[in-house]
Amino acid sequence: MTWVGQPLERVEDEALLRGRGRFVDDLEPVPNAKHAAVVRSALAHARIREVDVSAALASPGVVGVLTGEDVAALSRPFPAGAESPVPYFAAAHEVARYAGEPLAVVVAESRYLAEDAAELVVVDYDPLEPEEREVHERSFSYGEVDEAFATADLVVSERFAFPRWSCTPVECFGVIADWQGDSLTAWSNFQGPFSLHGVAASSLGLPGSKLRLITPPDSGGSFGIKSAVYAYVVLIGLASRKLGMPVRWTEDRLEHLAASAHSTGRVTGVEAAFAADGELLGLRYDAVEDVGAYIRAPEPATLYRMHGSLSGAYRVRNVAARNRVVLTNRCPTGLNRGFGGPQLYFALERTMAVAARRLGLDPAELARRTLVSEFPYRTPSGGLYDSGDYEACLDAALELAGYEERRAEQAAGRALGIGLACVVEPSISNMGYITLAQTAEERAAGLPKSGNAEGCTISISPAGGITVRLSTTPQGQGHRTVAAQIVADRLGVEPGEIEVLSELDTSTSAWTIASGNYSSRFAGVGAGAIAAAADKLADKLAGIRAHLGEDLSLRRVAGTAHWNPESLPPGMEPGLHATAYFAAPSLDPPDGEDRVASSASHGFLVDVAVVEIDGDTGRVRIIDYVSVHDAGRLLNPLIADGQIRGGFAHGAGAALFERIVYDEDGTLLTGTFMDYVCPTAPDLPRLRIGHRETPAPFSLGAKGLGEGNTMSAPAAIANAVADALGMDDVELPLTPARVWELMQA
Amino acid sequence: MIEVTVNGTLRRAEAEPRLLLSDFLRHTLGLTGTHVGCEHGVCGACTVRLDGKAVRSCLLFAVQADGLELETVEGLEWGPLQEAFRRHHALQCGFCTPGILITATDLLARGKPSREEIEEALSGNLCRCTGYMPIVDAIAEVVGP
Amino acid sequence: MKPPPFRYERPETVEEAAALLAEHGDEAKVLAGGQSLVPLLNFRLLRPAVLVDVNRVVGLDRIEGGRVGATVRQSDFVGVPLAAQALPSVGHLATRNRGTVCGSIAHADPSAELPLCLLVLGGSVVTTRRELPADDFFRSHFTTALEPDELVIETVWPEGDAVAFEEFAQRHGDFALALAACSVRVEGGAVTAARVGVGAVTDRPMLLDLELEGEPATAETAREAGASAEAAVDPPGNLHASSAYLSRLTGLLVERVLTRAFA
Repeated sequence: MTWVGQPLERVEDEALLRGRGRFVDDLEPVPNAKHAAVVRSALAHARIREVDVSAALASPGVVGVLTGEDVAALSRPFPAGAESPVPYFAAAHEVARYAGEPLAVVVAESRYLAEDAAELVVVDYDPLEPEEREVHERSFSYGEVDEAFATADLVVSERFAFPRWSCTPVECFGVIADWQGDSLTAWSNFQGPFSLHGVAASSLGLPGSKLRLITPPDSGGSFGIKSAVYAYVVLIGLASRKLGMPVRWTEDRLEHLAASAHSTGRVTGVEAAFAADGELLGLRYDAVEDVGAYIRAPEPATLYRMHGSLSGAYRVRNVAARNRVVLTNRCPTGLNRGFGGPQLYFALERTMAVAARRLGLDPAELARRTLVSEFPYRTPSGGLYDSGDYEACLDAALELAGYEERRAEQAAGRALGIGLACVVEPSISNMGYITLAQTAEERAAGLPKSGNAEGCTISISPAGGITVRLSTTPQGQGHRTVAAQIVADRLGVEPGEIEVLSELDTSTSAWTIASGNYSSRFAGVGAGAIAAAADKLADKLAGIRAHLGEDLSLRRVAGTAHWNPESLPPGMEPGLHATAYFAAPSLDPPDGEDRVASSASHGFLVDVAVVEIDGDTGRVRIIDYVSVHDAGRLLNPLIADGQIRGGFAHGAGAALFERIVYDEDGTLLTGTFMDYVCPTAPDLPRLRIGHRETPAPFSLGAKGLGEGNTMSAPAAIANAVADALGMDDVELPLTPARVWELMQA
Repeated sequence: MIEVTVNGTLRRAEAEPRLLLSDFLRHTLGLTGTHVGCEHGVCGACTVRLDGKAVRSCLLFAVQADGLELETVEGLEWGPLQEAFRRHHALQCGFCTPGILITATDLLARGKPSREEIEEALSGNLCRCTGYMPIVDAIAEVVGP
Repeated sequence: MKPPPFRYERPETVEEAAALLAEHGDEAKVLAGGQSLVPLLNFRLLRPAVLVDVNRVVGLDRIEGGRVGATVRQSDFVGVPLAAQALPSVGHLATRNRGTVCGSIAHADPSAELPLCLLVLGGSVVTTRRELPADDFFRSHFTTALEPDELVIETVWPEGDAVAFEEFAQRHGDFALALAACSVRVEGGAVTAARVGVGAVTDRPMLLDLELEGEPATAETAREAGASAEAAVDPPGNLHASSAYLSRLTGLLVERVLTRAFA
């Protein structure tokens, strides 16, 4: 029996259920921290003629103000994944480029007093017209795309819009900054990737070693969004620097909805070429990505994250893509659950549904004829699908959904809609995929980027207590529990005997630029690092036992190693402390032909959505939703299902409820939780989940699965609604009002 | 100066009129189990019990609780509800959990809700991690058949 | 978002409360449930100099014979069948535990359930100065006949006849996109009295004259009344819905409440 694979209850739960979680706003790591309130632009686009802080400075309890001018003087623009004509600073200086953009930071004895003073800051704006500006374009072509289209029996040509949305964690951003001398220590619920630590350090003009970034033990959800808090680490860090005292800032909900990070809005033109029997001959994409007011690192990653999976789950050799990035006067974008996957699969899976109809095939049949069937499979754009059994997964999903029966019900006249989505879910991002934003020549002139590695440290105390230190910054995914399971198996103890720490401290943890919690990397590379460190220690323990006695208890071995190091085998390093790094395989830099294995691991899921539409009100009711996952080995099935349910909830939210809306002046219209509508308990159906396991050939064999249903659900639900209405033009979110309008047409 | 009985203990502290009860609990009394998610009464993360009823602490001023009894998540007795949450994996990040436990406690004190009633009662608590089903399952299990 | 500073008063009698309102006029706001007021303070959309907390005023928490005191919580509101139908849709469990019935009336959100119910039942609002029929009390969105120095003491809720309430919202407990309620008297299969009202799509809850008196209490009548209601309202489209949709929903809900009341 192994602990890995058991649906073990979580070690995290007790403290959280007792209200003893330690989230960033709960911490008081430095005494006398003052409180910041951020002054933000009221306009989406304006020249800033003057920011008068005199009244604010005189306001009760105020200790100082950091202005945009200070930020420009004290920091450098943030580097990003692509060149941009518009430099991005932590606060605006001469031009404000989105409503809510930071202009200044007021620091006072309390948040209440800071907000009072912030209101007294007078900003003199010269309004400018909102604009849209193309700042990046690259095109890619693999195989013989034109030929494929020329020989096609059917070309489907559609255009899909995926709106801006956000996973809105219930906990907002938080930063506590303490600038001392020439270095900054900051506590923040940052989620990685820690490459962004370097971006922040660069902006501050600090070597990485002088930006000590510490994450709290608990984080209240992130779903990618808390990767963007690094910009506020810089902003609040500069406030601390200028004022010479520690400063803390807790983002409120209005700030979060306006100025944290949004998921990109994308318009994708798709052309798909088919043979009459359904064979997919070629794909062309033309994507225009709205990244907001600035290209904020790691953007334009949303557009490139899925590059190796442009062809999705399908066999095809001819793929072309044109990627364009536009700046708009809106909140800058960034990681958000699915990260490029929802946008891609909405376009691709809707196209497949349309094609099926035009070919006279059931969508499931078209999928069956086109799914990748031999592994390993190398996609035209360089993705490596090392393992899988896609058809079996499809069969399992169709059976679980009772697909045949549902189609029969439809044929008998029941007003149902059935939608399918087949999604290859990538995990463990290649840190080099972003260099696809450059041409091969530009890449050749610079430093190549590749890989995704993680570190882990395990130590055993003199009395045999085991402590594991992670660098995967969990926000609810149960890393501490799974880590204990992994280590327990390797050291021959119970998980309850293992203490796992989730705080990452860039000065003391074993971390890489890839560390953090994103692209569902924990199950692959996080687990791999934990296992590698545990194996190192297990080897050491074995060596000590071989030397001193096979029957020695762990406690005895530990005591000996600490208290009697002279007795250890000759040449053995003292201590019981192991750090190991594990790298995901196959993540080379993009090649000269712009091919890249953008992710190390690929799970696969098939979703079937069954909906009924109320003819009077347009309300879409999901009467059944099935998802069958092949995520390789499940390290903890209880946690795995939790991730699937959560991913589905986000995807269903985007499908039916959520959209970030700006008016033509750039004013945010969905600025509170009354207007940005997140699903609540009565709004979501019960997801029925099935599992298959085709193990990954590395690490523990687990593939990431936290994002798949966020990628699939919008497509599956839209396909179901389109099926019910018999129309193609279904736009998200499919609110009752929108569906009703479709029905009138 | 106000006096509030919190989780059975009398607490006295200064509170300016505009100090929100949520901030009073978290920062004046150091009871950080109650969380703040929106400060406009929608997300439910701040839910506590005032004189036995679940209320939004972000929509109350601390001075309003003067002389009254409050229960926060820290004061909830560990029992079948929390055990059911563990069994059903009804929490992930745990940020919404205190508010949900308080809401569930209030709901369970009123009788035996059906699944539908549980879902409706939870409609005032936003969770972005679990998709809600495990939470409803946990509470339904406590209700019993 | 923290509220701006204010002076906090906690009167213990109606007289004290009234005197405070008289002293401060429109610089003062009454704090009862706070479920609508405090978000506005937290957003700094309102900056009253004085908050008059009436939650401890003696005698305002009585509910008896259809008379509901100013501090009676929505969760304690019983005995009025139409309101009982509406209450599950009024906010959420925690907001009903604190929010007051009279507070909802005084706040006069056109998308709110209780103002519509009071109007349809032909209820009234009793203040420190006078008693006003609901139809005279509601003026426009968030605007009532209340003078700045006037305090709502209680609201009066007739039981109504055959009553029904329906709303349509995106999520359970959300402010409604459309609302309808009715109180009808049916004798011998014909409608002898009818009060039908709609909300959300109008500036304030509104009674509609659908010429139901004398009509047979049938599904056909209900359907026609719905069509008339749809034609009678002309809401602006909003972030969530078009004008045509909101009108159609209104008509649909009117049809539904009448169908149920006739049954």
